[in-house]
Amino acid sequence: MYELTINQKKYKVDAAPEMPLLWVLRDILGLTGTKYGCGIAQCGACTVHVGDTAMRSCMLPVSAIGDKPVTTIEGLSEKGDHPVQKAWLAHDVPQCGYCQAGQIMTAAAFLKKTPQPTDEQIEEAMNGNLCRCGTYVRIRAAVKTASES
Amino acid sequence: MSTINTGVDRRKFIKVSALAGGGMLLSFSWLAGCKPSATEAVATLPKEWFNFNGYLKIGDNGLITLMSPNPEIGQNVKTSMPMMVAEELDVNWKDVLVEQAPLNTDLYKPMQIAGGSNSINASWQAMRTAGATAKQMLKQAAANAWKVPADEIETIEGKLIHKASGKSAGYGAFASAASQLPVPEKVELKKISDFKIIGTSRKNVDAQKIVTGQPLFGLDYTQEGMLIAMIVHPPAFGTMFKETDISAIKAMPGIVDAFFIDVYQGERQWCDVAAFNKLLAIVGKSTWQVMEAKKTFKGETVPIKASTEKQDVFGQQITIITPNGFESTTIHKQQMAANANKKLRLVRKDGNPEAMFKKAASIIESSYSCPFLAHSTLEPMNFFADVQEDKAILTGPVQTPSFMEKSAADRLGLPLDKVEVNMTRMGGGFGRRLYGHFLVEAAVISQKMKAPVKLIYTREDDMTDGVYRPAYYATYRAALDENKNLIAFHVQAGGIPESPLMANRFPAGAVAHYLAEEWDIPTNISTGAFRAPASNFIAGAEQSFLDELAEAMGKDPIELRLELFEKAKTNPVGTNNDYDIDRYAGVLKLVREKSGWDKPAPAGVHRGVAAYFCHKSYVAHVVDIITQNNKPVIDKVTTAVDCGIVINPDAATNLSEGAVIDAIGHSMYSAITFTNGIPEQTNFNTYRLIRNAEAPKKIETHFVKSDIDPTGMGEPSGPPVIGALANALYKATGKRYYHQPFSTENQTPAKQPLG
Repeated sequence: MYELTINQKKYKVDAAPEMPLLWVLRDILGLTGTKYGCGIAQCGACTVHVGDTAMRSCMLPVSAIGDKPVTTIEGLSEKGDHPVQKAWLAHDVPQCGYCQAGQIMTAAAFLKKTPQPTDEQIEEAMNGNLCRCGTYVRIRAAVKTASES
Repeated sequence: MSTINTGVDRRKFIKVSALAGGGMLLSFSWLAGCKPSATEAVATLPKEWFNFNGYLKIGDNGLITLMSPNPEIGQNVKTSMPMMVAEELDVNWKDVLVEQAPLNTDLYKPMQIAGGSNSINASWQAMRTAGATAKQMLKQAAANAWKVPADEIETIEGKLIHKASGKSAGYGAFASAASQLPVPEKVELKKISDFKIIGTSRKNVDAQKIVTGQPLFGLDYTQEGMLIAMIVHPPAFGTMFKETDISAIKAMPGIVDAFFIDVYQGERQWCDVAAFNKLLAIVGKSTWQVMEAKKTFKGETVPIKASTEKQDVFGQQITIITPNGFESTTIHKQQMAANANKKLRLVRKDGNPEAMFKKAASIIESSYSCPFLAHSTLEPMNFFADVQEDKAILTGPVQTPSFMEKSAADRLGLPLDKVEVNMTRMGGGFGRRLYGHFLVEAAVISQKMKAPVKLIYTREDDMTDGVYRPAYYATYRAALDENKNLIAFHVQAGGIPESPLMANRFPAGAVAHYLAEEWDIPTNISTGAFRAPASNFIAGAEQSFLDELAEAMGKDPIELRLELFEKAKTNPVGTNNDYDIDRYAGVLKLVREKSGWDKPAPAGVHRGVAAYFCHKSYVAHVVDIITQNNKPVIDKVTTAVDCGIVINPDAATNLSEGAVIDAIGHSMYSAITFTNGIPEQTNFNTYRLIRNAEAPKKIETHFVKSDIDPTGMGEPSGPPVIGALANALYKATGKRYYHQPFSTENQTPAKQPLG
């Protein structure tokens, strides 16, 4: 049994210690905003915040979280109005939309640490998140907009 | 204004209406349960909705619900298609809610399919007619109440107005009365110049849900009592599972059952592609537990037998040859390059190309190739199935719901009308989800379990299961006379297992002596349509060759193309030339202007150009490459598009940008290769997709202003950019790039391509 703090709510979770946080979120807690894309931390669709750090939940065992608070896309903002979310809407970034929760979580954690990034820093920060539809140009523009807000 | 037959008779309408009001929406309660997608902040929902036709409902408060009939794979039809209805209905877009329509082949014509960039083009009349019909019925209802002629009533954004009497009312006031009127046999459609919604950028109606992580996708679907299922397929193409003892798997934690299934029995439709028909199904309580159990399975396989199957593909009889044996990429490459092994089919011949090649002063020849590709939709294949004694409910991501409904009904032994297929938003399609074997697999597993199941593919299952983009190869030859005039053109193209040749496309029609031949090599590796099928290779090959040809002729590459178009116009060769010369030349001229092609390129900028026509739209690109840290980097792509009327410009731009990045990415980095029938790439650590820092720094998209009926943007921008990229790389590196993926070609320490 693990006690987790997710989106500022406490959950008691009965799961095997090696079960990745991704499947705890999706299968046990019904928080399906965090996506499964590759299972090997290569695509970034499963990105969540553990504390202030963006992490790949697909390879993060539930037993490794300890008492650090977890934030998922559902908890990034109360009303869906985090500056990054607003910038995503302003640039109408998504095509299929499947990777975008992971992109947004990566961008939000990045901007917290680097509030005024250069174009190169944005590219580098977002390079770990695959977008199969190819919305990369808009993703960069939205991160830039969010950094200016 | 144009008058159009609605094609709806009263009797049929009532039937449709009853269906629409009955089970139709209620049956999809998971999606309907969440608040429908609103374009902006929406007023309170109405007390009652009134159905007009399958495309729209109007609430007693004037709120409008528009149904989006086609599957949404990221091409944004869920926004763009309802825009066409809203335009003719004449409503304010902020009063519109959009819902995904259920599968109903009687109601939604011509076809609820996501494929061929066809949704917008094929539904242009139907969607507009649906809106215009309801508007006409609202006018009639108001006319009846106000006792004035219907043709004196005007509409403005959801309001009915009779100027002479000073009467006016919102649509909501007459929704009930209007919905009960007979459907008019003829309605007027708006003039293009009167459009207020079409041609304006409207945001993705699901964007808010996407950025807040709401459940939208098949993988997010859940139902009380639902079990998780996964499959295991054999590692090597050319083999099949032998049924072995699996009791150890059944005993693992969380596993409910495990058994072998046959996906298909009997005849298959064109979309029933499945290389591995016998699979192990593992069913359990949670995804992780099933994944863990799956890892422990060591199956035994036996080689498949060679087979020949006849299949009806849209009325054409096709013979599918499946050889036995274990295939490898090294052998494939030898097979494709070895002219001696090819059985050529003549597809088109104009004039006497053989004689002209004999008397040519010089001949240019180049060969091009591309590997198999995995579609790699970021949401892996999955489907939900609840199969009961007398009915089946199937929900999930599939591009061909109407076809797969039949496949499932046949396989389950249920009548077609007892199989209900619901569409979720798809985490990418790219052609992969045209082939819905995973829907059938989910259904077969649910039937056996007598319980609802959600089938999930792991990324590895998804990538190694086949349905790949075929491997292609093409050789181009051009004959020049002593004055460097083009006197003959020859293309010989083929692939595994199909040819990519488009014999009647440019430059056919522009060259007096023209020869096009094709060949193919059968395979037991399964293949299928991949975004812009065949064009995704042949466009880049052809456009690279034209660049080489222009250089040999001492001409500017855009000038050469325009001269050829001029020849095709003034002195066309043959009658079956599959392109509109003016529109084709038009995008080239537009890209020349917008990219500044005619001005000298800034220092350090290397430019390549290409244009292509496929899927009914015309696209030209100029790619600008600069060198950073001794590596070529794509600084900018300038795109010119002619897709007729542009429904939703920003969405069309987004889709075009995506197609550009998609095509650049695959031609630069991606390949599925085989050793002894086994795919060597299993996940994104070995299969390279383009990443953010490798994408062009800027993409500028320009549309030709047009009154021609709209055509789709899902595919046409991709194919030509590969040619423009290869041509720019040549300028930047001094080397021609012939064989995809380009990142592994010409790789020497001095000349390393992108990334």
